[in-house]
Amino acid sequence: MLAYLLRRAAWGAATVLGVLLFLFALFFLYATPQDIARRALGEKAPPEAIQQWLVNHGYDKPAVWNPEHPLDTRLAEHVRRMLLFEFGRSDADDVPIAQRLRDGVGPSLSVTVPLFALGLPLALSLALLVAFFRETYIDRAGVVLCVLAMSVSVLVYILGGQFLLGKLLRWFPISGFDPDPSVLLRFLALPVLVGLFAHVGADVRFYRAVFLEESGRDYVRTARAKGAGDARVMARHVLPNALIPVLTNVVVEIPFLFTGSILLESFFGIPGLGSITVDAIQSNDFATLRVMVYLGALLFIAGQMLTDVAYTIVDPRVRLG
Amino acid sequence: MEGYVLGNGFAALLIGLALFGSWRVRSTPFWRERVAEIVRRRPVATFVVALYVGVALLDSVAWHDALPGETSVDARSLLDRAFPSDFRERSYSAPLAAVEFYGGQPLAHPGRHLLGTDILGRDVLHLALGGARVALLIGGLTSLIAIPLAIAFGLAAGYFGGRVDDVVFLLLSTLASMPSILLLVALIMVIGRGPVQVCLALAVTSWVSFCRVVRGETLKLRELDYVQAARALGVSELRIVWRHVLPNLSHLVVITFVLTFSQLVLSEAILSWLGVGIDGSWGQMIDQARDELARDPIIGWNLAAASTALFALILAVNRVGDAVRDVLDPRTLRDSP
Amino acid sequence: MSEVLLHVEGLVTSFPGAGGTRLPVVDRVDVAVARGEAVALVGESGCGKSMTALSILGLVPKPGRIDAGSVRMAGRELRGLPVTALRRVRGAEIAMIFQEPATSLNPVQTVGAQVVEAITLHESVARGAARRRALGLFEQVGIPDPGARFVAYPHQLSGGLKQRVMIAIALAARPPLLIADEPTTALDVTIQAQILELLRRLARETGTAILLITHDLGVVNEVADRVAVMYAGRIVEEGTRAAVLGAPRHPYTQGLLRSMPARVLPGERLAEIPGVVPAPDRWPSGCRFADRCALVMDLCRAREPARTVFGSNAAACCHAVAAEAAQ
Repeated sequence: MLAYLLRRAAWGAATVLGVLLFLFALFFLYATPQDIARRALGEKAPPEAIQQWLVNHGYDKPAVWNPEHPLDTRLAEHVRRMLLFEFGRSDADDVPIAQRLRDGVGPSLSVTVPLFALGLPLALSLALLVAFFRETYIDRAGVVLCVLAMSVSVLVYILGGQFLLGKLLRWFPISGFDPDPSVLLRFLALPVLVGLFAHVGADVRFYRAVFLEESGRDYVRTARAKGAGDARVMARHVLPNALIPVLTNVVVEIPFLFTGSILLESFFGIPGLGSITVDAIQSNDFATLRVMVYLGALLFIAGQMLTDVAYTIVDPRVRLG
Repeated sequence: MEGYVLGNGFAALLIGLALFGSWRVRSTPFWRERVAEIVRRRPVATFVVALYVGVALLDSVAWHDALPGETSVDARSLLDRAFPSDFRERSYSAPLAAVEFYGGQPLAHPGRHLLGTDILGRDVLHLALGGARVALLIGGLTSLIAIPLAIAFGLAAGYFGGRVDDVVFLLLSTLASMPSILLLVALIMVIGRGPVQVCLALAVTSWVSFCRVVRGETLKLRELDYVQAARALGVSELRIVWRHVLPNLSHLVVITFVLTFSQLVLSEAILSWLGVGIDGSWGQMIDQARDELARDPIIGWNLAAASTALFALILAVNRVGDAVRDVLDPRTLRDSP
Repeated sequence: MSEVLLHVEGLVTSFPGAGGTRLPVVDRVDVAVARGEAVALVGESGCGKSMTALSILGLVPKPGRIDAGSVRMAGRELRGLPVTALRRVRGAEIAMIFQEPATSLNPVQTVGAQVVEAITLHESVARGAARRRALGLFEQVGIPDPGARFVAYPHQLSGGLKQRVMIAIALAARPPLLIADEPTTALDVTIQAQILELLRRLARETGTAILLITHDLGVVNEVADRVAVMYAGRIVEEGTRAAVLGAPRHPYTQGLLRSMPARVLPGERLAEIPGVVPAPDRWPSGCRFADRCALVMDLCRAREPARTVFGSNAAACCHAVAAEAAQ
C-alpha cells in the first residue's frame, strides 16, 4: 500500500512539472512579454518604461536556454518561483499576489464550506430516497426533475435567484459581503442556496446511478436470500459499497473549497479567490492568472492523492491488496 | 474570403455529411434499429433537436443581396430573410409593444416584435433564433476537433502501451489537473477571441476525458481473442486498429458527442459572461441582460428568451443523450460521473 | 418415503417480450423435494432452471414475475405471503447458494460477519454466541484455520474457500432445504469434487434436503437421489437417479447421455442432439423438442405431451413414450 501511494505521489510530482511547462509555453512563448508590458502600461508607454517593467517582472531573461548560466533562464526562474510559492506581483496593479491570495481565502471558504457541508447530505439523501423507491413514480419523477435541473445554465440560476429572492421577495441582499458574523449569514444565504440548486440535479443523478448499480449486484441477492429486508440491505450492504465511487466524486472536491466559485463570488460580490481570478481575466493580468491555474492544478493533484488515501481506508481490497 | 462564404461551405459540408450518415445508417441494420429505438423512446426531444438543427442550417446559408454600389450591406442568411430587412428600433421595447420602453416614442415596426427588442433595438426573437447556429457551431466544431484528437492519442496509448502510454497519460494528467474555466480563458486570451479559436480552446479542455475512455476501451479490445488471433496471423498493426479496434469505438463516439454537447454549450455561456465568448450566442444575450433585472420596471424578455432557448436545447440534448447511452450501452461510460 | 418438504406445482414465471407479450421462461413446472432428499434439476443454459430456484424464494428479478402456480414448503403456501413472512422463510427454512462465489459475497464485509448476519437475522443470539457458532460452521465446512479466515475479506480467499463460506452462510440458520444453483460451475475441477463431497456429507450429517441446479450430468451422478430434466421451461423427465441416468425414456435425456464425451470410446464419433434450443419467443406449439427429436410424429407438433408415469420412480413427457407405455 505504501508503494502504491508513493507511486501516485511520483505521478503527482511529474504532473506538476508538466503543468509548469505547459504554463510556461502558453504564457511566455506564445504571447511576447512586450505585448504584456504594453497591455499593462498602456500603448503609449515609452520604451524605457517598458524595459524597466520587463526587468521588474523578470521577463527580460532568455526564455529556455542560456549558454552562460544554464539556470538563469525565464523557464528556470518560472519553475523555481512557482515551486517555492514566490508569486511576485500582479501584472495589473503591482500588488503582491501572495497577499491577495491570503486575503481571499477566508471569504471563499465562507461560501464553499457551507455549500459542501449542506450539498453532500442533501444529494445523498435524495438519491437514497429515489433509489429506495426504484421503478415507482417517485423514482421516475426524481430522474426527470434532475435532468430538468441539470439543463438550466448556472447563470440563469444566479440571475433568477437574485431576482426572485433578492429583488422580488427581498429575503436576502442581492450581493455583498461583510465579515461581521451578525450579518454574514444574510450575505451568504443566497449564494449558498443558488449553489445548492445548481448542483443538486447532477449530483443526485450520479449518486442514484451508483446506488442502483450496487443494488443490482450479486451480493445483494445473497443478502436477500439470507432473509435481509430492504432497509438492512440498503444500509449494511449497498451503502458501504456505494461509498467507494461516491468518495471519488466527493474527496476530490475538497481542495477546491479553497479556490472558491468564480461565478458565485463575482455575481454575489464575495471578495474571495474566485473574484480575484475574474479580475485577473478582465484586466489581462497574466501573472495572477498563471498563479491561479498553477494553484488549481496543485489542488487537483492534492485532491487525487486525498482520494487515494480515502480509498485505502474505505475499500479493503485496496488496503489489503 | 468573407465569413458568409465559409458559413455556406460549412453548412453544405454538414448537409453532405448528414446525408451520407443517414444513408449509412439506413443500410446497416445495427444502426438502423438503434436509431429507430432512440427516436421511439424520445420522440419529443429528438424533434426539438431536429428543429434547432433546422433553424441553425437556415441561419448558415447566407448571401449578399446584389445591390449595385452598396458593398457595406451585410450578408443575410435565410433566417435573416424571414424578418424584414431593417427591423431595428432605437432601443428597448416590450414584446408586441407599439411604443418604445423608455420615453414612449412610436416604434418603426409597432406590434411586430414578438419578443420585444434589446438595448440596441434588435429583435429578440431574431437574436434568440440566431443563437441556435452558434450553439450548434460550438458543439459541432469543438467535437470535430476534440474527438479525432482523443481517438488518436487514446488508441496510441491503449494499443502500444509502454512509453507511449506513459507520455500520453502524463499529458492527460497535466491537462486534466488545470481548472477548465481558467485554462479556457487563458487559452483564449492567448490565441484570440474568434469563434474558431474559442472552439479550439474548448476542444483542448474537453478531449481529455474521452481520450481516457478510448484508452481504456482500446486496452480491453487489444486483449480480445480475435485481435490476438489476428496478430498471431501476422496482420499488420495498422490494419488491426482500422478494422477491429476503431469500429468498436463508434458507439462510444456517438454517446460522447451527444453527452458533451450540452456541457460545451453551457461552458460557452460562462465564457460569454466572462467576455470571451462567441458573438451572437445565448450566453452573450444572458450576459447583456444581467442588469436588466435590476431596473424598475424590469426588463425580462431578453433574458427569458435566451434562457428558454438555451434550456430547451440543453434539455432536449440531455434527454436524447440518455436514450442514446441506454440504447448503445457500453458499460464503460456508466461508471463515469 | 419421507414427507414432502418442498412442493412446487404449476409454476409459471414470465418475463416481458417484444410488443408487450410475456414469455414464460418457467412454464408449469412441478418439482418435489422430500425431507433429507437430494434432487437435481438438470438442463441446458437458458432452460429456466435457475429462474425456478429464484421463484421458489421470491427473488425473481424485475421485470420478471411469477404468474401462476403454487410453492408449498412444509405444507405452507409461500406465494402470496407478505414480504415480512417471506423473509423469515429465506435462510431459516430455505437457503440458497449461488454460482459465482466471487461476486456473491459483500466485498467490504469480513466473511465472518456475513455468516454471523445469517444467524442473527433469524435468531436472537448474543454476538459472542453467534460468533462462536459461525466459527463452528467454518470448521464444519472444512475451512482451514477458521480463526484467521473469520476476519478475512472475500477477495483474500480462493474460489473454493469462498464457496465454503457461502455454504456456511446457507446452513447457518439450520434450514431444512438448501437450494444450490450451479455451485461448482465457476470452480476448478479439483475443487468441484471437494465441494460436492462437502455438500453430500453435510446433507447426511444435518439431514438437510438439497435441490441442486446444474447442467453437468457428472455432478448429478455424484449427488442426486432423484433427477428432474428440464427443457425449454418444462420438466420433460423425472425419476430416481438410477432410472433417469441408467434407463432414460425421454429422447432429450437419451440424447444428453449419449453426447457425454466421457461415454465415448476413442475413435468413435461424438454424438450430438441436432438443432438448438428454441428461444422463449419462438417456442413451437406442441412438444418443444419436436424439431430435434428422432421419434417425432404429427401428434408431437399438434399437442403438448402429458406426463406418463412409470411406477414410483419415473415419469416422462413424450408422446412416443406414452404410446409405448400404452402397449
